[in-house]
Amino acid sequence: MATIALTVNERAHVVDVEPRTLLVELLRERLRLTGTHVGCDTSQCGACTVWVDGRSVKSCTMLAVEAEGAAVTTIEGLAEPAAPGGSARLHPMQAAFNACHGLQCGFCTPGMVMSATELVRRNPRPTEGDVRHWLEGNLCRCTGYHNIVRAVLEAAAAMSAGQGPGASDIGQGPGAGGAA
Amino acid sequence: MSAATAGEGIGASVARREDRRFLLGKGRYTDDIVLPDQTWAVFVRSPHAHAAIRSIDAARALAAPGVLAVLTGAEVAADDLGGIPCGWQITNKDGSKMVEPPHPALAQGKVRHAGDPVAMVIAEGRAQAKEAAKLVDVDYEPLPAVAHLRDAASPGAAQVWDEAPGNVCFDWHLGDAGPVDAAFAAADRVVAIDVVNNRIVPNAIEPRAANGHFDPVDDRYTLYTTSQNPHLTRLLLGAFTLKVPEHKLRVVAPDVGGGFGSKIFHYAEELLVLWASRRVGRPVKWTAERSESFLSDAHGRDHLSHAELALDAGGKFLALRVSTLANLGAYLSTFAPAIPTYLYATLLSGPYAIPAIYAEVKAIFTHTVPVDAVRGAGRPEASYLLERLVDKAALAIGADRVDLRRRNFIRPDQFPYQTAVALQYDTGDYEATLDLALAAIDHAGLAERKAASQARGKLRGFGISTYLEACGIAPSALVGALGARAGLYEAATVRVHPTGSVTVFTGSHSHGQGHETTFAQLVAEQLGVPLASVEVVHGDTDRIPFGMGTYGSRSAAVGGSAIVKAMDKIVEKGKKVAAHLLEASVADVEFADGKFRVAGTDREKTFGEVAFAAYVPHNYPIETVEPGLEDSAFYDPKNFTFPAGCHAVEVEIDPETGVVEVVDVAIADDVGTVINPMIVDGQAHGGLAHGIGQALYEECVYDATGQLLSGSFMSYCMPRAADLPMFRVGNHATPCTHNPTGIKGVGEVGAIGVPPAVINAVLDALAPLGVADIEMPATPEKVWRAMAAAGAASAPPRPSAGGAA
Repeated sequence: MATIALTVNERAHVVDVEPRTLLVELLRERLRLTGTHVGCDTSQCGACTVWVDGRSVKSCTMLAVEAEGAAVTTIEGLAEPAAPGGSARLHPMQAAFNACHGLQCGFCTPGMVMSATELVRRNPRPTEGDVRHWLEGNLCRCTGYHNIVRAVLEAAAAMSAGQGPGASDIGQGPGAGGAA
Repeated sequence: MSAATAGEGIGASVARREDRRFLLGKGRYTDDIVLPDQTWAVFVRSPHAHAAIRSIDAARALAAPGVLAVLTGAEVAADDLGGIPCGWQITNKDGSKMVEPPHPALAQGKVRHAGDPVAMVIAEGRAQAKEAAKLVDVDYEPLPAVAHLRDAASPGAAQVWDEAPGNVCFDWHLGDAGPVDAAFAAADRVVAIDVVNNRIVPNAIEPRAANGHFDPVDDRYTLYTTSQNPHLTRLLLGAFTLKVPEHKLRVVAPDVGGGFGSKIFHYAEELLVLWASRRVGRPVKWTAERSESFLSDAHGRDHLSHAELALDAGGKFLALRVSTLANLGAYLSTFAPAIPTYLYATLLSGPYAIPAIYAEVKAIFTHTVPVDAVRGAGRPEASYLLERLVDKAALAIGADRVDLRRRNFIRPDQFPYQTAVALQYDTGDYEATLDLALAAIDHAGLAERKAASQARGKLRGFGISTYLEACGIAPSALVGALGARAGLYEAATVRVHPTGSVTVFTGSHSHGQGHETTFAQLVAEQLGVPLASVEVVHGDTDRIPFGMGTYGSRSAAVGGSAIVKAMDKIVEKGKKVAAHLLEASVADVEFADGKFRVAGTDREKTFGEVAFAAYVPHNYPIETVEPGLEDSAFYDPKNFTFPAGCHAVEVEIDPETGVVEVVDVAIADDVGTVINPMIVDGQAHGGLAHGIGQALYEECVYDATGQLLSGSFMSYCMPRAADLPMFRVGNHATPCTHNPTGIKGVGEVGAIGVPPAVINAVLDALAPLGVADIEMPATPEKVWRAMAAAGAASAPPRPSAGGAA
């Protein structure tokens, strides 16, 4: 067993893990953050994508012990948290996926959203081709990608138009860029 | 539509209501569920395609940390678990029945495909179970195996089942050979084609999972499972496999991450986790790893076909003759025999008036994973064969591909149209969708674009397919006569609450289709209730009385019709309550825009007022009207529905590398009435990606000994975002004539329509080089080899009229 300290969605955790534990196992099984999904065993599908220190990472390819000291953000940490009694306010990327019908079964969606938000952070005005190439590490079987690509482009436009605190804030914590 | 529901009823592109939980990471999929005292199961699967099991020694595994039990075929037999049943029985040409071998939950003495489950290890933790599974010593005696259709159907092939000589499960036919032979004898032209429909793996992104819990306190079983039809799973568990009465069984299919057919069937793991839970006294959960999914989810397609089309001098189709070999794998999956028969050969007329058709299908066992329905299920195989053949015929007789199709379409004035292969189409307008798609892809500008591509060193090709499919599965009496062992109707309960909100309990199951939105739109439309006041419940046999689930694009057409029928009953009853409240005669009460009104007056009661009065009245005619406002309905379709359309594709091929790029896709579908255009378009997009995947990328490859070579996403090429263009989707509805909504269904049209359009486009691009045929998937290697072979044969010019038959 190894003891690691990390922050997940701005909450500090100290956990004992077996050295072989994958980050995604820590998130899903220990911390019960089941929004991060596992769709393959060869790091191809991207359903497990989270941010580690602001960079998108396939959490099935990273050992939990490698996240020592890191700030991890999962899909559960993306929206602006609900005030007591209220409901969470969607990040512009999440809102665009809803508006553009960028999800069907929802299984690949958390990984798509977490990956796409990093694209927009790096490249605030991506082209359709940029989006398609960036998402090559994320598989979707439902949408044919058409509406996912539309959603990412729409979210990028919304975020660049200053409807949120700015794409460059993504990765700094929950709710960043989420005021649209 | 009432003011309250403006923009929410039929025809409105309402944003999906289910999205929020998925976008927030709050979906609830089977693997997300951890029950108190949870244990984990891992399966030991055969590495051999065919072997006798000499012995199984579980001692080392049992001694491993955390292991609670190791169960094998011996325990399955001792506890008298039933084998996995097949839901459809095919009758052979000679009147005998198909061969129906046993399908034990864990292997009994022999394994018959790589991945066949042999033992089940249950441990405290997932990793412990996985490690211990490696310690189960199975002594196999490898036996000769056969994986490929042609090999398995050849004399002397390794036998999968002793009771199936020649590996033949059934030898079936449809249509009347006599008139077909006569038409061929009299034909001016005969065009023949051989096509391979490549085997594909469904690959829903959520792997299958099952979590079983036996509660000894009330002697009751609960199964959480990744299923497209939990009630059918309960029925099969109760009656055939677990053998427990249904009131002691609850099956929950919570959020399910895509199905595409693969989650229709009752799988052994569902039975085994329940059984194991009873044995170990704790909940038992299994989740497939992706490589395990490749070895255990039912695969799709895998046909070899020869077809001949007879034409008269004017290019009219006279007759069609088809002979198909279909791979069923090692065992019969739940729907398997229906796929290459009643969902395939019945569709061989397509949208064309073909007076005589004869099809024979030989279904073959091989040492491979069972083959069953995958998105389209039989219909893609039919459309691929027919649309390739029509293109070949056009080339052979020197006709334009588009014109030849027009010449042979069933005309709108010919409906209802009885085909030569059992189906009667109710309605359609095939020229309308053809014209829409051609306009959308600017067919008139093709020559210019070809020249532009050529100037850039690329080969451009155009292809179309004018497909037809059958969905809204299924008219029960008809499919019963054809061998289905169960009727395929759908059930719904609509509960109006005292304050007028509505809960719909549907037997359909949504695993991406958006029923929580579209079914609520049906309610908004018919009852005039705002969408926000409607909840749709699905996927739990304890909450929903009955259902037959979601597959074959049946949910809106059949499940939606059941909801409409239940709402009709609600309205009828509401009129009685309103008549009482309004002191009017029931016959005088009308219902519209969410209000019950005495005809010709302004005396009215809102839907909510009537609901309230139905439940908690001070004054109620209880002698004549039962209180409450809830009703159920079963809907049995009168016929299949027949979506059709035209898919047009342009590709560019790099002659140096053989890489095919799909540069434009424009489709026009007739899927009948559309509830939510945004969702319907999304269904088409997904099907297109699936179909383009089959045409260009996806291929399930076994070696000759039955080892799966394409067993992961590293070796099985799934279409990715960069492989696909934006899709242009058009629609021309001729509403279905025999269901209350006019809906036909859309879930599979892309996968059915587009593969032949892609291949026809590839062949159009390669025609100047003399390439006349290519098999799916048209990978760069295959395209390059075809170009090289044609070049080596000193590239004949594109065949002219009469040149290639």
